[in-house]
Amino acid sequence: MIELEKVTKTYPDGTEAVRDVSFEVDKGELCVLLGPSGCGKTTTMKMVNRLIPITTGKIFVDGVENTEIDEDELRRNIGYAIQDIGLFPHMTVAQNIETVPALRGWPKDKRRQRVEKLLELIGMNPGEFIDKYPGELSGGQCQRVGVGRALGADPPILLMDEPFGAIDPITRVRLQDEFLRIQQEIKKTIIFVTHDIYEAIKMGDKIALMDQGQLVQYDTPASLLYRPKNEFVENFVGADRALKGLQLIRVKEIMTSSPPLVEADEGTATVEQRMQYEGIDWLVVVDDEGKFLGWVDRANLAAGQLVSDIMNSSATTATANAVLSEALSLMLSSGLKILAIVDRANKVEGMLSFDAIQKALSEIAQRGESE
Amino acid sequence: MLVEWTLDHLQITFVAVGIAVILGVALGVYITGKGKEHIADTVLYLAEIMMTIPSLALFGLLMVLLGSMGLKTIGFLPAIIALIAYAQLPILRNTYTAIREVDPAMIEAGKGMGLSERQLLFKVKLPLAVPVIMAGLRNAIVLTIAIATIAALIGSGGLGVPIVRGLRNARMDLIIVGGVSVAILGLLVDGLMSRLERWVTPKGLRRR
Repeated sequence: MIELEKVTKTYPDGTEAVRDVSFEVDKGELCVLLGPSGCGKTTTMKMVNRLIPITTGKIFVDGVENTEIDEDELRRNIGYAIQDIGLFPHMTVAQNIETVPALRGWPKDKRRQRVEKLLELIGMNPGEFIDKYPGELSGGQCQRVGVGRALGADPPILLMDEPFGAIDPITRVRLQDEFLRIQQEIKKTIIFVTHDIYEAIKMGDKIALMDQGQLVQYDTPASLLYRPKNEFVENFVGADRALKGLQLIRVKEIMTSSPPLVEADEGTATVEQRMQYEGIDWLVVVDDEGKFLGWVDRANLAAGQLVSDIMNSSATTATANAVLSEALSLMLSSGLKILAIVDRANKVEGMLSFDAIQKALSEIAQRGESE
Repeated sequence: MLVEWTLDHLQITFVAVGIAVILGVALGVYITGKGKEHIADTVLYLAEIMMTIPSLALFGLLMVLLGSMGLKTIGFLPAIIALIAYAQLPILRNTYTAIREVDPAMIEAGKGMGLSERQLLFKVKLPLAVPVIMAGLRNAIVLTIAIATIAALIGSGGLGVPIVRGLRNARMDLIIVGGVSVAILGLLVDGLMSRLERWVTPKGLRRR
């Protein structure tokens, strides 16, 4: 889908920003360009949509060399999102998102439909946000609109330059998770630039690690972690690769999908029976719609008649799409040994225990040694 | 009489500023183009120098210049030329600055999405520059109202006429009538312009 062939960028003053880089990104794949600042990753990305002219080599988009396509036409077929977002402050959220559809001359109602669909996709209520101006949005909301705008005319390819770089860590993790969910749905071919190895491991199907303008290793995240090609990769990956491996596994891969539940208005006698029967000391408390409320513990059973009297309310939950490192840090910071896994409506989907993470961690370490 | 002077004054002002806006904005946009940094420096430098020439001296220079070209040396024409020269500086400078200072992220995003240079100018840069250009325009109008008073010396008419007459004939009353009228006119137009400025500023850019 995107193919780079011996791509080199030399500036007039002689600096070689990118040297002899070749790799291929398959259709529907997310390829992360990773490396220290100044390694040429952004330059490489910008040569794909010709924001930076190529010096030698070729770049094929969908089999056609990109220099053979009209510059503006090429770019309208490639979604573009950058760290500084660059939303147009004099245009509403809708006008921003429909920038490319408007350039393409889509009729008004088709544009409106598209904007509404995209706002839903990026998790923003159309009724509330469609006519807002960027100045009225939070940083995270602006980033979402930036991604929505890149998807405006449904381009098959996306270029993203640290799209979640300028926001606080908590929002960033949420946006990463959401974007992965979106990507599962839309299956775009993506080149994603970052300098953050955690983000790269979490987001990438493939990672292209660059240094001083050259491509050092192009591999899956797991191979990059466990089969580093040379010392540079090893150092870049770092000594804590087992911990970084936690980024490779999602909660849904190891969670228990039907945890023992009890409703808040049940009596403690039922709870005791259940615990006896399942051979455990705790149950997940939910409301009548299955939404997470908290935990009930055997030690507190005597303290009341109803589950709601004795339960420990808690708001700490994770989603099934979160990676293990995020789940683990939630556990460590809240002191819980078990984490409730909920969907977007806060309904309990499963649970994750500390033991399960430990088991996964040792498996990763073994895999790393054996490979 | 006062009404006539005032109307004359407004006419000179608006003709001069009207032409200055077209010149100033067009030139201001032109010199923001790629590879025109040297031209920009020169143009802005010349415009600054123009502002430092006292208006009386400029009228004098214009008389010589227009005379040598065989054109009328007094009246409406030299007055308008001098006023355009003064009025275009704030407009030119503000247009140039505003367009140069559009957030590079917006330009990159626009280009990256496939906006052509022209679309980028009309859909992004100019709308974003409107508040600053308007501030320059407001500046230019007030400036022109003041300088147009002096243009009465070369026979352009306007509210400078009673002042000049008053000075010649030691008629304090005429001087006061002219001076106060110019001041009031300046304040009024400035107030109107500030309304207009808010009105033409794109909604998303207005201060809430």
